[in-house]
Amino acid sequence: MDYAAIVVLEILYMIAFLALISAGLAIVFGMMRVINLAHGEFVMVGGYATIAAAKAGINVYFAMLVISPIVVGVIGLVVERLIVRFLYGRMIDIMLATWGLGLLLTGIITLIFGNTPVSVPTPIPGYRVGHYQMGGYNLFVIAVAAVLIGSMWFALRYTRVGLVARGAMQGREVVSALGYNPSTIYMLTFTVGAALSGLAGGVMAPLTGLLPSIGGAYIAKAFITVITGGAAVIAGTLTTAAVFGTVDQIVSFASTPVLGEIAMLALALVLLRLMPQGVTGKFFRNST
Amino acid sequence: MTGAAFGIGRIRWNWLVAAAILLAALPLVYETYTPTLLAIWALFALSLALMWGYAGILSFGHAAYFGLGAYAYAIASFNVGESTVPFLLAIIVPAIVAAIIGAMMFYGRISDVYLGVMTLVVTLILNRFMNATAGDAYRIGNARLGGFNGIPAFPTLNVPGDPNMQVYGTAYYFVVIVCLIGAYLICRWILASGFGRVLIGIRENELRMELLGYNVPAYKTAIFTVSGAMAGLSGCLFANWAEIVTPTVFSLGQTAEVLIWVIVGGLGTLVGPMIAAVVLGMLKLALGTQTLIDNSLILGAILILVVLLIPRGFAPTFAAWRRRLAQVQVHRRQARGTRRRRVALQEASQ
Amino acid sequence: MSEPVVETHELAVRFGGVLAVDHVNFTLRERELRCLIGPNGAGKSTFFKSIIGQIRGANFAGRVLIRGQDVSGWSTHQIVRLGIGIKTQVPSVMNGLTVAENLWLSARRTAGPEGADTVVEEILAELELGGIARRLVGELAHGQRQLVEIGTVLANKPWLVLLDEPAAGLTNVETERLIGIIKRINRDATLIVVDHDMHFVRALDSLITVFHQGAILIEGRAEKVLSDPNVREVYLGSRA
Repeated sequence: MDYAAIVVLEILYMIAFLALISAGLAIVFGMMRVINLAHGEFVMVGGYATIAAAKAGINVYFAMLVISPIVVGVIGLVVERLIVRFLYGRMIDIMLATWGLGLLLTGIITLIFGNTPVSVPTPIPGYRVGHYQMGGYNLFVIAVAAVLIGSMWFALRYTRVGLVARGAMQGREVVSALGYNPSTIYMLTFTVGAALSGLAGGVMAPLTGLLPSIGGAYIAKAFITVITGGAAVIAGTLTTAAVFGTVDQIVSFASTPVLGEIAMLALALVLLRLMPQGVTGKFFRNST
Repeated sequence: MTGAAFGIGRIRWNWLVAAAILLAALPLVYETYTPTLLAIWALFALSLALMWGYAGILSFGHAAYFGLGAYAYAIASFNVGESTVPFLLAIIVPAIVAAIIGAMMFYGRISDVYLGVMTLVVTLILNRFMNATAGDAYRIGNARLGGFNGIPAFPTLNVPGDPNMQVYGTAYYFVVIVCLIGAYLICRWILASGFGRVLIGIRENELRMELLGYNVPAYKTAIFTVSGAMAGLSGCLFANWAEIVTPTVFSLGQTAEVLIWVIVGGLGTLVGPMIAAVVLGMLKLALGTQTLIDNSLILGAILILVVLLIPRGFAPTFAAWRRRLAQVQVHRRQARGTRRRRVALQEASQ
Repeated sequence: MSEPVVETHELAVRFGGVLAVDHVNFTLRERELRCLIGPNGAGKSTFFKSIIGQIRGANFAGRVLIRGQDVSGWSTHQIVRLGIGIKTQVPSVMNGLTVAENLWLSARRTAGPEGADTVVEEILAELELGGIARRLVGELAHGQRQLVEIGTVLANKPWLVLLDEPAAGLTNVETERLIGIIKRINRDATLIVVDHDMHFVRALDSLITVFHQGAILIEGRAEKVLSDPNVREVYLGSRA
């Protein structure tokens, strides 16, 4: 019974993790069909921002929930103005340019922080479930992810901003028709996406030793979660995060974490092959 | 339609011979250790340049086949006494995997972005898998896979038939150069053939080619396989140069580098990416010895700038400049010819 | 009565909740010139696509037969290899290649690499494209590109030619030329032409099939069909 609870908690955590690191990419991809391959590095920079701030004495929660999003949001804004906005519509070129951006950011962070891992301790103590010791911080991650996805869904469905955003998902003309400047909307979208990536990085920072190269790990998982999810931002990402998270953890428990990850990647291949438009291209067609 | 057509010029044999002579003479004035590596990278770049530039297939995980070639050689050479079979396996295994993955993608009508994602995922799977194979349990025959430490000290290339005659140093440099030139000639041959032209047509408009009756997925799978085989060859040559094979051959970094070489060198040319691989390779090696400027930083900046400013890479710009120069020369020659004829007529009429 | 070369039996194509082609039974005979007309959304383009294998899978029911061969579910290139030339609604040519290269790729499949050059010369002459043979198709005007596409369609010597809106975007002069070309093609080949342009359709003076809401409303010779009150209502919305 305890073991079952552990498994459930771990699955929930994995789903939350995937949803959290994918949120920023999902917004940018869902709304602008932009595949930002520097997304992993945005997450990484968010992590470093939190760690640097925490080490400078700032409250770690403030660092991860406020400072990281702002720092990475600003970076996203600069990137959009200087690079991305010239490449809209050229999907492959955007992928290449953002891949270069990712390398650039990795290089810069290496310059500033060096190549040895940095970390902060998790601010929430562990707790017991039966015979097992669980990390308490994981619950916080689950909570943050739930609140984030929930607010995104609410915003998209019930606010004016969300309406414009959903219009943008249909195309530039819809944005103009609604009376807004598409370029401005796209700029804001990319910034918000970056900020969310930074938030994810900040929240995840206490859990791992951070290295400049860690972006690669994040981008892979976020990438496949978002692309397999398909056009619907929330429903898609949530669905695939749920599917992948479950598969990953179950296989991990049954064998090793590496096999769990490989199972998830292999499943992604199969899903992409069977549903090239993503899960929400086939099911849940009209969801947000 | 023979000779120059479909945007592919004739082979300039003088240039090729000159290059071959220069490459052959290099060992007389310089060491061969670094040039061997650069030539291997040029071969790797060539494999992607062929597939991406001419068939329009962009793989975000071409390092998968590079790595498979390297590992296939290392594993096979531990199990077979002699290097000829491992060498062949290093080409065949990546080719087979490429054929399977390619067929799966192309017959499923996957293209563009989704193709990029799937090819990326394949490389990631290989990377993760190889990184985790530490320990005695993971072995194929006599070869321990070694996890993230990789496979060291495997028997390197020997003269076919004589396991005791190792091929290394300058001799190995010549092997690599021969492979490179041979691969280049094969690419040119493909491009001059009907098969190559159909691929170019597919790159231009897949639907129209299908409407003309061509089995597009079959063609794409075929070129993907050829490209994978070539990448595998370069991986095998790399393994023999490095004398160790680690999972970094499957890394995102490796796959990013080959993409950058092709895009900087010129999408749609063969020579451009090869030269870019050499130049950027030298840059990377030069930077590697100091820690002030990180290689990623430079590479990243280059990639961004190239995509923004010169989306088709450098080679087409040079080619266009040369074409303009050639046109000027043609005009001058025509003008001279006209003047001579006019003078001759005047003289004849006097 | 000549042989039927294209037949559909209870052909139905469904998109989501919409039945775009509603159990259509269609017959086309050898050497016919048939026009498919109908207002927007009538299903003619979908019908066209389902004959050439561009609609696959679960959406598709019924049978398509070409010269007696059941091609339902075949992929496009397999159907084309039966000897069919297809021009799509949106011009589909290789923009980065020259006119001659476009034609060559088409001719090569049936004439082989040796014979292809001759066929290219023939087509260039027949369609009067000789002057622009070395121009990149992407740089040509729309009317010329339509013509090049028709050239690629003809270059592999099809016995059945399917043209989807060949007159779209053409000037009057170009349309006249197209009519002449179509009539010449019809001397040896069977044709289906889908179009909106009534003058064009009238000038072709062929058998007409009128589509409405996914089904065939009426079929017959031009004068009869075009003066039919039902057809007028469907197009103009009133019994005028």
